Amino acid sequence: MLDHLAFETPKPTRIAGAKEDWELVIGMEVHAQVASNAKLFSGASTAFGAEPNSNVAFVDAAMPGMLPVINEFCVEQAVRTGLGLKARINLFSAFDRKNYFYPDLPQGYQISQLYHPIVGEGEVIVDMGPGVARRVRIERIHLEQDAGKSVHDMDPNMSFVDLNRTGVALMEIVSRPDIRGPEEAAAYVVKMRQILRYLGTCDGNMQNGNLRADVNVSVCRPGDYERYQETQDFAHLGTRCEIKNMNSMRFIQAAIDYEARRQIAILEDGGEVVQETRLYDPDKNETRSMRSKEEAHDYRYFPCPDLLPLEIEQDWVDAIEASLPELPDAKKARFVTVFGLSEYDAGVLTADVEAAHYFEKVAEVGDGKLAANWVINELFGRLKKDDRDITTCPISPEHMGEIIALIKSGDISGKIAKDVFEIAYTSGRAPAEIVETEGMKQVTDTGAIEAAVDAVIADNPAQVEKARANPKLTGWFVGQVMRATGGKANPKAVNEIVAAKLGL
Amino acid sequence: MGDLNKLTIAEARDALARGETTAVELTEACLGAIEGAGKLNAFVHHTPEIARDQARAADARLKAGDAPAMCGIPLGIKDLFCTKGVASQAGSRILEGFKPEYESTVSQNLLDAGAVMLGKLNMDEFAMGSSNETSVYGDVVNPWKIDERDLTPGGSSGGSASAVAADLCLAATGTDTGGSIRQPAAFTGITGMKPTYGRCSRWGIVAFASSLDQAGPMTKTVRDAAIMLAAMAGHDPKDSTSADIPVPDFEAALTGDIRGKVIGIPREYRMDGMPDEIEALWAEGRRMLEDAGARIIDISLPHTKYALPAYYVIAPAEASSNLARYDGVRYGHRAKLAAGDGITEMYEKTRAEGFGPEVQRRVMIGTYVLSAGFYDAYYNRARKVRALIKRDFDEVFDQGVDAILTPATPSAAFGLGEMAEADPVRMYLNDVFTVTVNLAGLPGISVPAGLDAKGLPLGLQLIGRPWEEADMLNTAYALEAAAGFVSKPAKWW
Repeated sequence: MLDHLAFETPKPTRIAGAKEDWELVIGMEVHAQVASNAKLFSGASTAFGAEPNSNVAFVDAAMPGMLPVINEFCVEQAVRTGLGLKARINLFSAFDRKNYFYPDLPQGYQISQLYHPIVGEGEVIVDMGPGVARRVRIERIHLEQDAGKSVHDMDPNMSFVDLNRTGVALMEIVSRPDIRGPEEAAAYVVKMRQILRYLGTCDGNMQNGNLRADVNVSVCRPGDYERYQETQDFAHLGTRCEIKNMNSMRFIQAAIDYEARRQIAILEDGGEVVQETRLYDPDKNETRSMRSKEEAHDYRYFPCPDLLPLEIEQDWVDAIEASLPELPDAKKARFVTVFGLSEYDAGVLTADVEAAHYFEKVAEVGDGKLAANWVINELFGRLKKDDRDITTCPISPEHMGEIIALIKSGDISGKIAKDVFEIAYTSGRAPAEIVETEGMKQVTDTGAIEAAVDAVIADNPAQVEKARANPKLTGWFVGQVMRATGGKANPKAVNEIVAAKLGL
Repeated sequence: MGDLNKLTIAEARDALARGETTAVELTEACLGAIEGAGKLNAFVHHTPEIARDQARAADARLKAGDAPAMCGIPLGIKDLFCTKGVASQAGSRILEGFKPEYESTVSQNLLDAGAVMLGKLNMDEFAMGSSNETSVYGDVVNPWKIDERDLTPGGSSGGSASAVAADLCLAATGTDTGGSIRQPAAFTGITGMKPTYGRCSRWGIVAFASSLDQAGPMTKTVRDAAIMLAAMAGHDPKDSTSADIPVPDFEAALTGDIRGKVIGIPREYRMDGMPDEIEALWAEGRRMLEDAGARIIDISLPHTKYALPAYYVIAPAEASSNLARYDGVRYGHRAKLAAGDGITEMYEKTRAEGFGPEVQRRVMIGTYVLSAGFYDAYYNRARKVRALIKRDFDEVFDQGVDAILTPATPSAAFGLGEMAEADPVRMYLNDVFTVTVNLAGLPGISVPAGLDAKGLPLGLQLIGRPWEEADMLNTAYALEAAAGFVSKPAKWW
């Protein structure tokens, strides 16, 4: 089976400055909350939306003498993610402390993996349209603790801290600077989210902050990036700025676009871009300096003495690899090659793992193309109208498959099928039962159709004359017969019989 | 029985087993002794109600014939151990008012073994100090005296040492990061043992330097150290650095037979300016072990001279990070803020008020050695030195050495306040014979071996192979028997 479909590389985004053309170079750090019931180093729950400070173990609150103990499941999830990104798994990794003071960081340090991350180099293929994709290299993935939440707007004189999130496991997924435009950046996050959701290692919920990205943006002149690629020497690239904490695809694009133009304006003015951390303000659509390199924290990283190095077995990694689900690229390729779908349709159906599973169940009836048309056009359209998604879909894939089967067997026409779908969708009733009970079965009995045709011909002698002169008018007779049979007559049979009876 | 507080653990255990006394009587004797020993300033949080309840429970267990190893033995607990519902301040103002909702694994193990907690013992603030003069509770006074001056009991487990030496309790818990059990034990004429790193759980012990900290017993005899260590030790899934290996019966190993054992005498421990009587005591220890049938060989631990500087980089580095949590946000002391003060002022004022000068010094040293541009020159280099020191020990153990004999301290107890104006490094030199053991993660024990010319106790240190505390304790037992140290401080308090 194909790993992924063949693709060509897209052209980098080019921005025309006042004086010359510029290209963008973007690297991303995606922070993905590990899907796990317990935190990285404590048994406290990770449930979202709990009362403030209710999911807090002693170690999360950094009580004196409390010690972290690694949650094996979080390690497994990181390994699974690494394997899903075709990355090297490091059998030896270690935890370091990143020291800084903030009230929502009770320990005064975040336990992270600076020197020896658990996952090394991998890659993501970022789809930019049928046959076009960007290969983005992953540099590393490390496990780290999330911080808590500071609340500054509840009281004019006080700030509050909620430690529910403190110590929740995050994967920081760091890319190489291989992303070449705002759309690619958004598509990268879309693809990353898709893969993580397929793997079940992160729920991808961006609204809750379970998936967020820091975006590193720089600009260079055409040709410089190729020189960087040849040499891997960053000196060919421009100075980068990091835009922190982005949690919407739209904002990512807008922020990069703004930031690139800001940097271009500085450079064309003869100035220099200052390496710094910036924040994006969606209300004003601009990025603002958060802290410069000089003001940057000195995190004083050092190996966390409370934790032994993390040593895992190759056999364990192999077992996780064997349990990996089919991933989006492979699934899409299979949908194209096995079901004969277009790459576009296959892309739509595999975008969401739940939808892909749904479609595969529907397609079990044997006609993948027909199933794809119905799922994409009828079902997705109907869900969108109701503002639902596939997880709250009221019609089961089995019932959806039943509708396809009824069409294929000729029991119902495509037109009737839409009515059956609507009833099944709103009532939950089984399509076969609906067709039976509501008398929607197509009439294929030629005797009954002949009788109906005879009646229409007998009642409309004038029309018969006209039709004989102009065969295009037979359609009128077909329509009359369909009306008379309540639309249940097999249209193909009606056409043939009308033509025969009219002697055409 | 009179003077029950003067019993050893083993004596008390046997007396209890024979029904000659009760845990309540033992406890009352200790509570009485504590009451009369305010001048020593050893006990800083008294828990007589808890002690009496536990003693009654112990007596019930004894009566029921279900008496574990430490049943009914009254102990003092160093303030560094978190004890549920009882103030646990690590000798610091910054933990003012802090009463944990949890019990440290080591103290819980002792309670499970039937021990009775009399109260919390004074210590140097956050275990940083060698004289017990950095405590928020004030200095601890050594029960040993040679003139009118008050002497230091050593540190950081100075309260524990003073309390055991003055018979305020039968034994006490200590912790040892660079010598904090062994040095005060030597200064007060008691036995102090630091087990192999990972033998005792660190869970619930306020952290100073996590890769060096280890709890251990401070007792009147080597046998008591063996009994108490067995009760304290054991694998704890809550501490990732605690070792998942069985705890042997240390007491059963005390045969006193050390014939054929190889004892190494490291030449690098002969320091310039070391008092003659320390040198003489060391030679005496060597002779005693030889007389007991051990083979004595001269060995070399070539990187010893780098141990103290490496220790004073690594320990403060870890401490600067471990102590970051004391920020006034969640517990302990928080400074009063002025109008307009923000979070930065809250941190600065809280930590300036909450930490004493020695803790501040070490936090600053630690922050400095970890900072960008200095990390390799200090912290990383110190880690490499540490690896070399460990290799020195590995090599001599590979040569067949069973234990290493050294002096425990470069001097006897000095006067309180004597070092007040001195360079802090002079105080740090107290740890010169002990820090190597922590850096290498080895077990070490200080055994009282004699008196100096003025009549103050001196200790010898034995360093054992990793995880072979039983063997080391047996050598210490033989040394103790040969030294026959029975002196007690004359009661003046």
